Amino acid sequence: MKTVRSMVLVSSDPESQKRGSTEIYAAFEQLLSQYGLSEEVQLTYATDIGNSTAVPLVMIYPEAVIYGPLLVSEVPHIVEEHLYKGRIVDEKLAPRYALSGRIAWLQARKGTLPAENRVVLKNVGLIDPESIEDYIAQDGYQALGVALTQTPEEVIKTIMDSGLQGRGGAGFPTGLKWSFVRKAAGTKKYVICNADESEPGTFKDRVLLEGDPHRTIESMLIAAYAVGADEGYIYIRGEYQLALQRLEAAIKQAEEYGFLGKNIFGSGLNFHLHVHAGAGAYVCGEETALIESLEGKRGEPRSRPPYPTNEGLWGKPTLINNVETLANIPPIIIHGAEWYRKMGTPSSPGTKVYTILGNVNDKGLIEVPMGITLREIITIYAKGMKDGNFKMAQTGGSGGSIIPSSLQDTPMDFESFKKAGVALGSGALLICNENVCIVDLAKVLINFFRVESCGKCTPCRIGTKRALDILTNISNGQGKMEDLDELENLSHDLIALSNCGLGQTAGTPLKDMLNYFRAEVEAHIKLGICPSGICQMYN
Amino acid sequence: MAEQKFAENEVVELVTKIVTSIGTTRGDLIPILQKVTNELGYISQEAIQQISVLLKLPTKEITSVATFYRMLSTKPHGRHIVQFCESAPCHIAGGREVFSALKEALNLEPGETSADNKWTFYTTSCLGVCGVGPVILIDTEIHGNVTPDQIPSILGRYE
Repeated sequence: MKTVRSMVLVSSDPESQKRGSTEIYAAFEQLLSQYGLSEEVQLTYATDIGNSTAVPLVMIYPEAVIYGPLLVSEVPHIVEEHLYKGRIVDEKLAPRYALSGRIAWLQARKGTLPAENRVVLKNVGLIDPESIEDYIAQDGYQALGVALTQTPEEVIKTIMDSGLQGRGGAGFPTGLKWSFVRKAAGTKKYVICNADESEPGTFKDRVLLEGDPHRTIESMLIAAYAVGADEGYIYIRGEYQLALQRLEAAIKQAEEYGFLGKNIFGSGLNFHLHVHAGAGAYVCGEETALIESLEGKRGEPRSRPPYPTNEGLWGKPTLINNVETLANIPPIIIHGAEWYRKMGTPSSPGTKVYTILGNVNDKGLIEVPMGITLREIITIYAKGMKDGNFKMAQTGGSGGSIIPSSLQDTPMDFESFKKAGVALGSGALLICNENVCIVDLAKVLINFFRVESCGKCTPCRIGTKRALDILTNISNGQGKMEDLDELENLSHDLIALSNCGLGQTAGTPLKDMLNYFRAEVEAHIKLGICPSGICQMYN
Repeated sequence: MAEQKFAENEVVELVTKIVTSIGTTRGDLIPILQKVTNELGYISQEAIQQISVLLKLPTKEITSVATFYRMLSTKPHGRHIVQFCESAPCHIAGGREVFSALKEALNLEPGETSADNKWTFYTTSCLGVCGVGPVILIDTEIHGNVTPDQIPSILGRYE
């Protein structure tokens, strides 16, 4: 495939054509060859631009800059400044009020699309993860230095102002959590990094820990200073052996450099960090189960309240943050809350790391601003569907929702997804084409929860088993219409009555299946047909 | 490792060594059980007895923890443990076909050990390498992007 540096899209709807877009296109064509840029800049027409009073529009990627209304006479200036010298021509940018729909949305993100804007993954793949010097050369441990010149309250205020939300799936405001631990009574407090990443399809934390382990250590130090903790644990999934080795090596280096230990930077901050390898249980990603496990017990979630912020590890106030959440801390401390808020959406600032999986051409890990849509992820980053058309996507591993194609253009942030009745989850995007059967998928998802249920509370232990039995019957062609009512009740009970997040999210695939794909399920039952041709029907 | 048989006094000796190197508090229990699984292949009744003595914990308490976690085992295994990821990303990337081929090649159902004690077969939840699904984990080695026709050659690499 030919790779290009930039892409120029000229709007070519009837209105634009009337106002000279064909001439603009020709002018670009001529000037690009004049500047010798024809090979590296791709020129193309765009039709779907929504209603705009600023046509003709010219969009230039990867900056996602939108110029308009543009005259033929202005094309040379744009080519010279933007495409040749790389400077955005501010005075010709399309005014915000003149744009609508997707185009307005694109512009509102200030050109952060589609080029990846890496904040969390900035160092991953670029530095030697086993070298503390490499990390320091990339401004590593600088944020810690900055934080130590401030009061803990100031640090917490910066995190609060940044609007950072927990990236483990729930989206709880991070600054608020920190302030709870800060205010909790007691002198002994703990900071825990939750690296027990086990959501199916999610491996962002693994990549972060393998590629930039010092980032986690620095973030935990800042957190410890802010909440007043002197001891920390990284609870890492047992299967992540490489990440575990790198973390242990990084902790040793940090201790040698005096970043960990007593009286760090002469500030009086003491912090000791331990790594604990999990022993294989999905439920231990739930924070209270994680604490139980650290205490040497079965990983069964506690009843809440009391919350870990007041009574956590060994009964002491404990801060638990996800790896990705923590990785956002150093850049926020260095660049400030204002800078952070420039990315993402007003209700969910910042970036989000996603793992793209399923029936797409390009699988893998991306970091994009909050508020990107599923359609953009599929077309831009995943390079389109591999075969067939988009049918649904499953977000956030098994704990997320099933997103039907009608929600493909919903901005992906915590608030918008909540309003749409779905969940963003932990950042996995399992993208499915028409060859994936909803009953079969729901069966796999429910089976996961059945296997991983800790068995402590009844709705989860029995509900997941019962739901799997019913789904298996439906997929065998032995379902009854009453089964759908029972699944609906089960889904409600799982969500309403389960003790922890595992059981609560176990009800979601059932709910989403019945909400968005009821006809397909009914086809299994009433007609004895699996429309996707996956389920083997025995009747 | 797993096929080695340990005499009772050897188990006691090994467990004592492990506990001495890790510690005797409640928080040390899981690291101890992990190390015992790694070194003995599984957590035997004798091992549980000895841990119980050293940590001053009831054996039922230790058994309840040892049976809770997937990576701890109270039962002996075959020489190689084959784990197939049954989570959704692997499933829709062709995992279904790989699973049938694997079952056929091993001639085992999940949870079973072969008669010659070579293989133990398990299904597992997501292993976090979904970018290369379908995934099979054999002992500590991950095989990704597996297709049904690769199964014989993958299994053939193990003695």
